[in-house]
Amino acid sequence: MSAFWSWWISLIALANILACVWLIRWTARKRPGEAAEHETTGHEWDGLQELNRPMPRWWLWLFYISIVFGLIYLLLYPGLGSFKGLLGWSQYSAWEEEVADMEARTAPLFREFAEMSIPDLAADDAAMQTGRRLFGNNCAVCHGADGGGRIGFPNIANNTWQWGGSPEEIHKSILEGRQGFMPAFGGNLDEDELEEVAAYVFQLSGRDAPDDLASRGAERFANQCAACHGADGQGNPAFGAPKLTDDNWTYGGGMDAIMTSIRDGRQGRMPAQKDLLGEDRVHVLTAYVYSLSMDEREDEAEDDVEEADDAEDAAASIETDSVPGAERREG
Amino acid sequence: MDGTIKYNEKVVRQFALATVVWGVVGMAVGVLIAAQLIWPALNFDVPWLSYGRLRPLHTNAVIFAFGGSALFATAYWVVQRTCQTPLFAPRLASFTFWGWQTVIVLAAITLPLGITQSKEYAELEWPIAVLIAVVWVSYGIVFFGTIVKRKVRHIYVANWFYGAFIITVAVLHIVNNLVIPVSLTKSYPIYAGAVDAMVQWWYGHNAVGFFLTAGFLGMMYYFVPKQANRPIYSYRLSIVHFWALISIYMWAGPHHLHYTALPEWAQSLGMVFSLILLAPSWGGMINGIMTLSGAWHKLRTDPILKFLIVSLSFYGMATFEGPMMSIKTVNALSHYTDWTIGHVHAGALGWVAFITFGALYALFPKLYGRETMYSVKAIELHFWIATIGVVLYIAAMWIAGVMQGLMWRAVNDDGTLTYTFIESLVATYPYYMVRLLGGVLFMAGMLLMAWNVWMTTRPQRETVPTTIAAQEG
Repeated sequence: MSAFWSWWISLIALANILACVWLIRWTARKRPGEAAEHETTGHEWDGLQELNRPMPRWWLWLFYISIVFGLIYLLLYPGLGSFKGLLGWSQYSAWEEEVADMEARTAPLFREFAEMSIPDLAADDAAMQTGRRLFGNNCAVCHGADGGGRIGFPNIANNTWQWGGSPEEIHKSILEGRQGFMPAFGGNLDEDELEEVAAYVFQLSGRDAPDDLASRGAERFANQCAACHGADGQGNPAFGAPKLTDDNWTYGGGMDAIMTSIRDGRQGRMPAQKDLLGEDRVHVLTAYVYSLSMDEREDEAEDDVEEADDAEDAAASIETDSVPGAERREG
Repeated sequence: MDGTIKYNEKVVRQFALATVVWGVVGMAVGVLIAAQLIWPALNFDVPWLSYGRLRPLHTNAVIFAFGGSALFATAYWVVQRTCQTPLFAPRLASFTFWGWQTVIVLAAITLPLGITQSKEYAELEWPIAVLIAVVWVSYGIVFFGTIVKRKVRHIYVANWFYGAFIITVAVLHIVNNLVIPVSLTKSYPIYAGAVDAMVQWWYGHNAVGFFLTAGFLGMMYYFVPKQANRPIYSYRLSIVHFWALISIYMWAGPHHLHYTALPEWAQSLGMVFSLILLAPSWGGMINGIMTLSGAWHKLRTDPILKFLIVSLSFYGMATFEGPMMSIKTVNALSHYTDWTIGHVHAGALGWVAFITFGALYALFPKLYGRETMYSVKAIELHFWIATIGVVLYIAAMWIAGVMQGLMWRAVNDDGTLTYTFIESLVATYPYYMVRLLGGVLFMAGMLLMAWNVWMTTRPQRETVPTTIAAQEG
């Protein structure tokens, strides 16, 4: 603020306050020839009259006290132009002090947590209570209170991961954020072609779609989509390209939603928490998010042992599935 | 005494009836959105019925349609009577009625469609804002034209307040609506960032100060002494509180932007002037309530006087609460909570609506040549239903607001917030229920009034002597 504007605003503010004092004193003055107290002023409008009564004393005191309080406040706090006030208080320094104070009190606890590994932390009750509150106040607004996600915001409570589910990858997702990008194919494909690809994608997750549509879509998928999503639609966490063979859909798994995703593309942005929460809190949050899918992780680990033998067959069958598309592509 | 002057009562009748109609509509929308906060499914997945679109419809309907029509009606009535002359430019007065109703209808169409400037209490897009400005300037010409041709030397205090309200609202409305249109339904303000926010709340708070306070104080200064049949308590008090009120109010807006990017000097001035505003605000309450000195017994028998005097009590309460909430330390707790909603409704229901009910119940019989309203008992019932409604509403919102403020700031030893936002919402549900109940009661009172007005204004039966119509009330 320039000196002119500083003086300008200060002077008219003070003038307005002091004018009130003058107004009270001027109005309270007795004038020669005026009506006696408790009599009417002698004017009348539509039968209405006014008494010439003095202003209530308690009310005048209230007025004066608020004025004195206001002037003292403006002396102590920043209120008159560039004048910072005698106390040197500002909302910014007050905020910084409070944050620094809280940091000093809580940093040792988070240092302690930071020494522990993610799986250990995920099993620590006290740490997970802290993690739950951090999650509730920072993550739940998008991912849901239970981490179940909603349209546009991934489910992070199951063990299906767009960017990888290892402690390291989860930590990176939270700390540095992620930028997902599905390009729009609306310029390359017309509506019929879009529908074919969508039908194929729809079928990938084990659901029924018209075979003729889907088989034509398979060819386009191999040409246009497989580079990121993989030839068999298994996805690729390195690009954040989602797996398309399960029932986990960030943007919806119905035909319309799939078509929209292909036609218009999708842009998902997980904001980086590094500057907001700091590494130590993100460490606890990582453990909390990791713990959300703990049951599923354990189940899957057991299944893996039991079904180790079937794994080869399963892989083989997926390969066979993709053969027709491959053949047609060649033909 | 004024039997020989032919006053223009048609436009007063039109605005008075519009007040009742828009009161029912605006409050009904309020009840619906209060219910939506408890049962979100009540938007029926229809975009036009979603909370975000209906909430501005509710505020516009009750403030500008209900409150605005009441101000037009009473200002036109009061200025003629106290100036002892018919309205200046009666055709222009008629234009203000049809123009204002057009504005309201356009608001009721565009707001549910999502056409909005997104400025609170100034949502209406530029073509409607232009129409408002034209109607408002016409209102000013009619009002001040009547003042100019007055037959009495002094200007009655009610007219000071109406006059200040009309001039200031014109200035506020025009300055806050300076926009660059990009299409018929979209525009952008000429201000940016914190300046835009400051202009908006300079407008927003003075909408409270001049539309909902000064204007209704004008109403108070006529109908309270008239109904009590007593002189105004203190002429000196009215002078001081008028000039102090209108000059101090102008500075109070920044208290809506405490602890934001608004420069601190502006925040501090907003707080200091809001505190100094307490005494000037209470000046009106004292002058109104104390006018009853020597006539307190009338409160027992006259439900109209009950409405008028209780409105002043709520006015005193809300104008005490407002300065307290403007103190930065208190504001840090109260801001963004339902306490603010409670505070607004203490003023809007307790003060604005009550003084309007009282004034209209006094006015309708005179406008339609009756001695009293069709049912005085119904007025009494309306008074009690509405009083219980307001008390339930504001008590629920006080408790909810303080609870939310405390929950949001609660911190654990590990520095994390104790409660998530959603937990504070869950804890608020019971109070939303009580608020809804309060709103339903208030709405029921409004419907009772509509019925009473209908019965009073419909063509007279033979049981009532027609000679009453010739008498002046």
